[in-house]
Amino acid sequence: MTTVSPARDLPLRVKLGMYFRLFALQGSWNYETLNGTGVGFAIEPALRLLPGGLNGQQYRAALARESRYFNAHPYLAGVAVGALTRAELDGVEASRIERFRTALAGPLGSVGDRLVWASWLPFCSLVAIGVYGAGGTALAVVGTFLLLYNAGHFLLRAWGLRIGLSRGLNVASALGNPVLRQGPVYIGRAAALVGGVALPLALQRIVGPGRVLVGGIIVAAFIGIVLLALLRERAEGWRIALGVLAVFVLYSVLT
Amino acid sequence: MSLLEVLPIALLGALLGLDVVSFPQAMISRPIVAATAAGAFIGNPPGGLLIGVVLEMIALDTLPFGASRYPEWGSAGVVGGALFASQPGGMPGALPACLLAALLTASISGWSMVMLRRMIAGRLARTRDQLEAGSRDALLLLHLSGMSLDLLRGALVTIVAMAIFAPLVRAIVAVWGSESAASHAVVVVIAAIVAGGALWKVFHSVRHVLWFFAAGLLVWSALLITR
Repeated sequence: MTTVSPARDLPLRVKLGMYFRLFALQGSWNYETLNGTGVGFAIEPALRLLPGGLNGQQYRAALARESRYFNAHPYLAGVAVGALTRAELDGVEASRIERFRTALAGPLGSVGDRLVWASWLPFCSLVAIGVYGAGGTALAVVGTFLLLYNAGHFLLRAWGLRIGLSRGLNVASALGNPVLRQGPVYIGRAAALVGGVALPLALQRIVGPGRVLVGGIIVAAFIGIVLLALLRERAEGWRIALGVLAVFVLYSVLT
Repeated sequence: MSLLEVLPIALLGALLGLDVVSFPQAMISRPIVAATAAGAFIGNPPGGLLIGVVLEMIALDTLPFGASRYPEWGSAGVVGGALFASQPGGMPGALPACLLAALLTASISGWSMVMLRRMIAGRLARTRDQLEAGSRDALLLLHLSGMSLDLLRGALVTIVAMAIFAPLVRAIVAVWGSESAASHAVVVVIAAIVAGGALWKVFHSVRHVLWFFAAGLLVWSALLITR
């Protein structure tokens, strides 16, 4: 059974340093170690607290270990960074830390992808598109998007680091948090609701007031959406858009 | 556009290109933000916003999952916003031509990100022994040079795209044959189809999601009637 050692109280400047570095976690993202070197980069300020400091053998061994392959959603990587920091500072044996890293990578990737990329980001985009459709100014649209999106973003990173530091190797249970488990479902429904209002409003504003075209556009769009939905993963919408647009531009230039 | 006019746009493209993956991923690189910011640089924020909204609808189709390859919207949004915001008002071909330029830039810029990641992997291979020895200097150099190269990548993509597409868009707009309403309608239909298809792709597994979308449409219909 895993034992929990008392939470190690890191100096505030170290915690802030780690939190700031989390924003640059993917600075050296590559196809070999993915964001492993980023984890090493984010955890480094805390490792200086190991016996021997910057030049100590423990520091160097821990830094090497933490800079190896790792994969997680960047916003949730703080959970791993915090937990691994605690494990390193508590002197947990290296083989156990490595097993923990391997076990944690998958869930942090899939949970984060579902919650952030496939829920929160599209939801915030649709809200901003809705503000545009409702007649919002450039500042209102951009401000709404950035404030809303980053409220979730900054909080998620801070929560991840805090929970990781406080729970150490027992952090896996934190991934059962209702926001992480049920959040994508509720955000998905909210996004669908907002999308139903926002998209036609925005289309109306782009086309302009009083145009009879709007009805035709919505019918054409509906047919196109059904066709695209039937194709599912076999077609990338943006590539189709690029192709159709290129043909249309060519047609309009040549006629 | 002169070099002096392009340089601030390139700097913006560099910063917003950096945001996509490297730092700080605050989504200032989303096209709705990037194109509007570029429009503001040109002195026409509403123009930047308009093409930004269209690009944002299309960008909903490409979410940045893990190691998947996707278009890079930060620099592309800047290019699209700057090009569209600098066109004279009322030109029917401006929106489709600038949108095409932005989509091509997004595609090329996405490829440049793949090249950068391979380059970082190459640097990693060369410093593997030092990293395995726990060298702080090697790690910091790898990490900070990766971010610097990404910044440079965004700037180069923006400069090259502006150099190619600014005269091309001007030429296309000058000889544009389709009427204004039809030109806008085609763009809007394309954006709506991609956005709708993307939402279905992302949310189709959520229970009752179609009912929520239908409820949204009802709210829109009510707004339409009461306005």
